[in-house]
Amino acid sequence: MAAKGLLVDYEWCSGCHTCEVACQIEHGYPTDQWGIKVCEVGPWKYGEKKWQYAYLPVPTDQCDLCASRVEKGHVPTCVKHCQAKCLQYGDLEELSKELARKPKQMLFSGNQSE
Amino acid sequence: MTEKREYTLVDHEKPYQFDEDGLHVTRGCAWSAPGCHLGCGILMYTDDEGRLVKVEGDPENPFNQGRLCVRCLDLPEVVYSPDRILHPLKRAREDRGKDKWEPIGWDEALDEIAGKILAAKEEFGPESVAFYSGTGRDIGQYITRLCWGFNSPNFVFLMSGQSCYSPRVAGCFSTSGSFWVGDYSQQFPDRYDNPDWKRPDLIVIWGNNPIVSNSDGLYGHWVVDCLKMGSRAIVVDPRMIWLASKAEHYLQIRPGTDGALALGIVNYLIENDLYDHEFVSLWCYGFEELAERAKEYPLDEVAKITDLPAEDIVAVARAIADSDAVTLQWGVAIDQIKETIPTAQAVLAIFEITGNIGKPGTMQQPASILNYAAGWGSEFLVPEQEAKRIGQDEHPLIKMGFQECVTDDYIRCLETGKPYPIKVAWMQTTNPLACTGVDAKRTLDAHMNIETIVYVDLFMTPTSMALADYFLPACTYAERNGLRVGDGAQRAETINKAIEPLGESRSDMQICLDIGKRISPEAWPWDTVEDMYSNILAETGHTFEEMQELAPGYPPFEYHMHEKGLLRADGNVGFDTATGRIELWCSMYNNLGLDPLPSYEEPVPSPLSTPELCEEYPLVLTTGARLWGMFHSEHRQIPRMRALHPEPLVYVNPKTAADFGVKDGDWVWVENHRGRCKRVVKETPIVNERTASTDHAWWHPEAPGELEAGLYDLWDLTVENLLPYDCGKTGFGANYKNTICKIYRVAEGE
Repeated sequence: MAAKGLLVDYEWCSGCHTCEVACQIEHGYPTDQWGIKVCEVGPWKYGEKKWQYAYLPVPTDQCDLCASRVEKGHVPTCVKHCQAKCLQYGDLEELSKELARKPKQMLFSGNQSE
Repeated sequence: MTEKREYTLVDHEKPYQFDEDGLHVTRGCAWSAPGCHLGCGILMYTDDEGRLVKVEGDPENPFNQGRLCVRCLDLPEVVYSPDRILHPLKRAREDRGKDKWEPIGWDEALDEIAGKILAAKEEFGPESVAFYSGTGRDIGQYITRLCWGFNSPNFVFLMSGQSCYSPRVAGCFSTSGSFWVGDYSQQFPDRYDNPDWKRPDLIVIWGNNPIVSNSDGLYGHWVVDCLKMGSRAIVVDPRMIWLASKAEHYLQIRPGTDGALALGIVNYLIENDLYDHEFVSLWCYGFEELAERAKEYPLDEVAKITDLPAEDIVAVARAIADSDAVTLQWGVAIDQIKETIPTAQAVLAIFEITGNIGKPGTMQQPASILNYAAGWGSEFLVPEQEAKRIGQDEHPLIKMGFQECVTDDYIRCLETGKPYPIKVAWMQTTNPLACTGVDAKRTLDAHMNIETIVYVDLFMTPTSMALADYFLPACTYAERNGLRVGDGAQRAETINKAIEPLGESRSDMQICLDIGKRISPEAWPWDTVEDMYSNILAETGHTFEEMQELAPGYPPFEYHMHEKGLLRADGNVGFDTATGRIELWCSMYNNLGLDPLPSYEEPVPSPLSTPELCEEYPLVLTTGARLWGMFHSEHRQIPRMRALHPEPLVYVNPKTAADFGVKDGDWVWVENHRGRCKRVVKETPIVNERTASTDHAWWHPEAPGELEAGLYDLWDLTVENLLPYDCGKTGFGANYKNTICKIYRVAEGE
């Protein structure tokens, strides 16, 4: 099976915490552990009317790309529920092409080596 | 016999209940309790024991398209919360505020309550019984029906000036005959693919953080969808919200000065000939008068009032004028200004004179199934009873078909017994002491005069602990059937029961039907709530049970309705106003002795109106920004949601924090001339150095609850301590979002 990953379009992550909570519930993680964690980058002002203000969802060591969901034919719960629709799950090779398509994206290649 | 309309339905791959991965799935819609303004499509997963295991978004539902926010994902934690009240409770009136509840059976409780309500009617008239609703639950229409069906005119939304949604609705109806919402294709089942729809070129996000607040039936992330598709944005907000970082222009307005900004923009548009001449000449009334009024708001003056650079105001005005389809995305910040009616009139005028009404991607009249603006069941309320509505004499705009009492007059009525005493209060889905109200101590004292108070909710709250004589336990949406017809564009959407109600809890609607049959049986002819829902859905041509499979259903919708004679009962073209036009100069206001034109009034207190007071309290304080995991005063006892926001915050600029000698994480008092509340400092550059912003509706369910013991820390935590009852001249609006304050560290032991 081709290696899988998560593509994050952080230009549009609104910081809504949906991925965090969906993941915690899916995996039964407690409220102080995360399979994916939204990091706030900013806000700070770096020029006239220019603000750095972004959120970046970062998969952690406890992310298994929702292996048991995927096995049953579903997408990872963070991807399914993301309110800004800024998470994409798929083959790394395909996602790499997507990565090149637009700026402000990051690609997570999973925790397991093939 | 209800006339049928042609509804468009959504295709489903499976029946509304099916099995998947060893679990049972119930498709439905999520609408409170717990509270929300939306009604997203959801899939509820239950196990063989009938336990709710998890909730996911329904990808087939056009509304949220599979997405879901943290509150619905975490629903099982609410359903199975050990804090839920699961049996009816009763307490002696002299024990109010004490944890001296005794269990009581449903029939006994309902019979006793009905007895008290009917006795009050007999002796003091039906107006002596008031019915309260909060926000965000699909319960509003059932409570108005309880109220009107019983011939009481006193439907209460206990907010000073009813400052949430109602003012904008009232203002829009008065000047244009309709409410208006932004067009994000929500009225079409095929959504963004609908060929008639056009994405807004420009979304003006004004006093609203839609992605968190999701108000007016708007799924906030539709705004993000549109930005991705190429819509541009303007943000007007004292807080530099995330959406502002995506905006073409951001105006960091001084709280409460929105009316001045709007009039300044109107003036600039008119003086520079940037308005839509055709739309104005065909469809607007009173343009010359508006232009004359707007002249009183020249740019440099407006810049000073609003704390904004004049060139930014110009840039915003020009961006609006230069865009084809502009949507106004507004919110309660406009309602929560004391002179909300002339403020909303000014803001809306920008979009009216630029012709952004009724076209794709602009402002649209929301599709309607239940005319909830008039109150469901209003046909039962006889005119001589309606004339007794509290607040009508002081604030005649209320006479124009708006459903709520004027809260500020109502509080005085409780205090004085004039014009007549209130003997029984039925409070359902509302927590005025902790959330909607102002001056919580005054609210408490005033309500102590009511002989019987009935409270319906999931959890014991500061309001119920302090005031209730009966507590009737409601259930969550997973435990019941229901409908989602409410604010925003309505669709025929069913809430479908997935599990049995816990304990003896009942649905809000069942409770209304149960008490309604006892106090006004003619208004409640149905045997079951499902029969009642079928009656509401009659125009779809389907019963509730059929709609459970077919929902959501979309009523017919058209653009340019004013050009087609679809807005007026007489079938003529135009708008549903006296003149048939959008009334920039409002004849209804004029007839009532109110200013027919929009205007601006400086808030009191403020740095400009009370400079001496502001030497002591130099910060402008805005309140009520929404939180991701908490709906108003709810979710404080839900661990996963509380973990997202453990304590109430006050957001201050790092420079301000330094000036006041406090730092991130400190517990501080936020105080003004009226009172104070405790907060944790959050240093952030999203507010400027002159402004502080703080959470509303805080209490600690984990703290001692009895009144003498602090009412769940309410007296320390509620920002209501800083806010007075003081509504606008129309009876609508109050300054929730613009008072003043200082901050200082909480002393040890406090």
